[in-house]
Amino acid sequence: MNAIILTAVWGIVMMFGGAFIQSKSTPKYLAIAGLVVILLANCYELQGGISFFAIDVKDALHFNSFNLTFINVVLIATLFYFLLSGRDFEKVGAHVSEYFALIFFILCGVCIAATFNTLLMLFLGIEIMSIPAYILTGSDKRNLKSNEAALKYFLMGAFSTGIMLMGIAFIYGGNTDVASFNITNINLGYGPVMPKMIAVGLVFILIAMSFKVSAAPFHFWTPDVYDGAPTVFTSFMATIVKAGGFIAFIRLFENAFGKIQPQWQSLIVIITAATLLIGNLTAVFQQSVKRMLAYSSIAQAGFMLLALFALNQPAKDGLILYTGAYSIATIGLFAILIKMKDYTIDGFNGLAKQQPVLAITATVFLLSLTGVPLTAGFMGKFYMLLAAAQNGGSSWLIIFAVLCAAVSAYYYFKIIQAMFFKESNADADNSMLDVTPAFKILLVITAVIIIVLGLFPGLVIDWLYY
Amino acid sequence: MFGDSITFPHLLIFFPLIAGLITFFLRKEGTAKAWTLAASILTLAVSIASLCYANNAAYSGLTFSYEWMKYLGSSFAVSLDGVGRILTFLTSISFPLIFIATYKTSYKSPNAFYGLMLLSQCGLMGVFLATDTLLFYFFWELALIPVYFLCSRWGGEKRIQATFKFFVYTFLGSLLMLVGIIYVYLQTAPTQFSHHSFSMSAFYNVFAAGSGATGQNWLFWLFFVAFAIKMPIFPFHTWQPDAYEQSPTAVTMVLSGIMVKMGLFAVIRWLLPVFPLAAVKYQHIVVLLSVTGIIYASLIAIRQDDLKRLVAYSSIAHIGLMCAAIFSLNQTGIQGVMLQMFNHGINIIGLWIVLELVEKQLGIRKISELSGIANKAPMLTIALVIIAFANIALPLTNAFIGEFLMFSGLFNYSVWFAAIAGISIILAAVYTLSMIQKVFYGESNTATAVIKDISLNEGIALGVIVVLIFVIGLHPQPFFDMAKESVGVLTERVK
Repeated sequence: MNAIILTAVWGIVMMFGGAFIQSKSTPKYLAIAGLVVILLANCYELQGGISFFAIDVKDALHFNSFNLTFINVVLIATLFYFLLSGRDFEKVGAHVSEYFALIFFILCGVCIAATFNTLLMLFLGIEIMSIPAYILTGSDKRNLKSNEAALKYFLMGAFSTGIMLMGIAFIYGGNTDVASFNITNINLGYGPVMPKMIAVGLVFILIAMSFKVSAAPFHFWTPDVYDGAPTVFTSFMATIVKAGGFIAFIRLFENAFGKIQPQWQSLIVIITAATLLIGNLTAVFQQSVKRMLAYSSIAQAGFMLLALFALNQPAKDGLILYTGAYSIATIGLFAILIKMKDYTIDGFNGLAKQQPVLAITATVFLLSLTGVPLTAGFMGKFYMLLAAAQNGGSSWLIIFAVLCAAVSAYYYFKIIQAMFFKESNADADNSMLDVTPAFKILLVITAVIIIVLGLFPGLVIDWLYY
Repeated sequence: MFGDSITFPHLLIFFPLIAGLITFFLRKEGTAKAWTLAASILTLAVSIASLCYANNAAYSGLTFSYEWMKYLGSSFAVSLDGVGRILTFLTSISFPLIFIATYKTSYKSPNAFYGLMLLSQCGLMGVFLATDTLLFYFFWELALIPVYFLCSRWGGEKRIQATFKFFVYTFLGSLLMLVGIIYVYLQTAPTQFSHHSFSMSAFYNVFAAGSGATGQNWLFWLFFVAFAIKMPIFPFHTWQPDAYEQSPTAVTMVLSGIMVKMGLFAVIRWLLPVFPLAAVKYQHIVVLLSVTGIIYASLIAIRQDDLKRLVAYSSIAHIGLMCAAIFSLNQTGIQGVMLQMFNHGINIIGLWIVLELVEKQLGIRKISELSGIANKAPMLTIALVIIAFANIALPLTNAFIGEFLMFSGLFNYSVWFAAIAGISIILAAVYTLSMIQKVFYGESNTATAVIKDISLNEGIALGVIVVLIFVIGLHPQPFFDMAKESVGVLTERVK
């Protein structure tokens, strides 16, 4: 509860603070301070189980160690995001503190999506998460691509929310015994054969959630939206918003539909396989690193969908670890990308000579995304594979996932090759905008954390058993 | 304190690791080279010291285990035994030889080059020492990353594509092995803290007689594909000639001398004991593939004009023979392989040293353009001829013992396969001797007139190799003693 209320409050503080703060760089410090406070409050709640706010939620929200740990991971990732990319907010437009406020509201939505216990709260969380994202996508007002991306995102997001509401209505109405929005009550209402209304409702919700996490074949909005949005916001959307979608996805399907999993598992298998295939295959052909990272986020989502396929303990442990690892690595990569003038792969040529620290940390991030051992990304993939294997059945899906991971090595390593083994272009003033020593130190800390998590994943996972 | 918290495996892994990391900060070329050489000689000393305990299997300084991921059942467990002993010795003796032989060569960014070489040594040591499957997988992949950077940065013209192909191919194989590991892991017995375990003994017990575990056959293939890509075995060998040709020769020495042994070692340590029934079932297919590879690679080697590619193909042929001998699944064959792994490592490094010399001084690698080097460099020629004879496995050389045992083992399994593989000896003689005759004997031409004979550092390295060739050729018993227990255990399981 702490996180939900404090993020919303701090969002309002940032909004009104914008009226009083004159300089463009101060909102960042205010945001970081607020985030640290929220993080500590959430840790306090995770440890002791009590929150500052005694509000009777009437069982609409549910707080346990899994939910709160996930919120912790998201908050830490956002902290890194602020520290690494905070200065780049100023380049987007004039309303810097509004951008921060919108991000805090998104965080609030993610927290609700992580702790919901009724379908209405799920809808609320997803909407609160998405609407500020629509605004952030279009925040570069003079850029036509940004406007297009915002409109596309808004229209498709609105559609998918409508579908989700229809699905919720069907599930509510289809329950013959107990008509309730509460997700733990849903699976009590029927016998071994699913009533048709529930089946339809389930499929509608599946479609809507797949849209939110950009799973194929509902992923078509992702490349254009991620490409059109200002890069600094793409970084946030590709990681935190997607993570929020995933946590909602797995919590819903485990609690509400977990007992009938064999009936909808085949749908998930098809979606996972399609996501892995499309994400990896199209990423191979991209020339722009930003677009390639968009497709790579689809591919990574495919791996995370294996947790939905499995729905067992390693799946849930692994999803948290994977989310954290993927978020931090992607945020780090985007932070470096923002500093470049040229977003194509050739723009990275010769980076190792010009900025060795950036090149080495980028290599660590790319290795983590590929899944090379010693990085947190490998541990995440390992848990996903373990969960899927433990579930049994569909072993071809696991081999397929692994083949796709090998394909992903191709496009991630194209960047490493450009950085280390190719000569930079002739024009000397190549690519670097302001790179401060503090930035480099932060990148190194991020890379070290990825390696430490790769060696000791227990640092994150043990919190689940707190 | 030694024997409890600091053990031999510790030192063997962490010496190169720490030395390598320090090397990155030594900008001056001379300092970096001297430091690297000293560190590798120190590792060699540790390895020789560990050999003294070869007969004392219960010595606590040989094993170490540290709780790593308790709830998963994985621990940082390393141990120095049988096969691992031979191969860690090979690794620790190869690196000083490589560094001595290439001492005069100048690499750009020497700190990065030598640092990465030492890091790859650390990775290789880890592969040979790990007794926990997840740890083994970690080191298996980690040995690859420094080599990738070494080949891509300091290699020949087409290095980027060649190394990339090498990396993606090997990475794919490793991922398939990871899937196999997970499936076997899920069938291991529970331990005190976790539902399953990654330890070697747990894995050995999964498919033991009487357990109800399933899926041995397809899991065998998942593992075998990964190892077949590494060794390489026909038809997974296509990455090798390009990668060997484009890498800087020091790295090729590491690749062909030690890294391919990773595949053979993994078959002996992990594949055969974990999947004994499947190994027997698919014995014929594997031996068929290996023998096909031997003949195929030898024939191509005869047609090669490039020196480096010739040695690369000859390496495929030798490794194919070793793989066939392992899968003959009898004591003689496997003992031969144990010895031959060491021999082949030493011999091939010797060959590469000579080739490196020729290429460095003359800048030519084509056989058709070279001739008559013996006139100007007699010592070099003598060394090369001895090493080449070892490559062909003439009696008195180390490889003769190894190949004799391997052929005996193969013969016990199938006369026909042994006969076909035996043709490879003749083919090896053809390409090796014809290469020597064309390149070294005959009249010098303008290109080769400028060659100088071996200098001190190369002389030391080649001298050590020549001595080893003869010593092991005449007195191989110590190696057999080292490997005896592992071979015994292995053949018991397969029975």
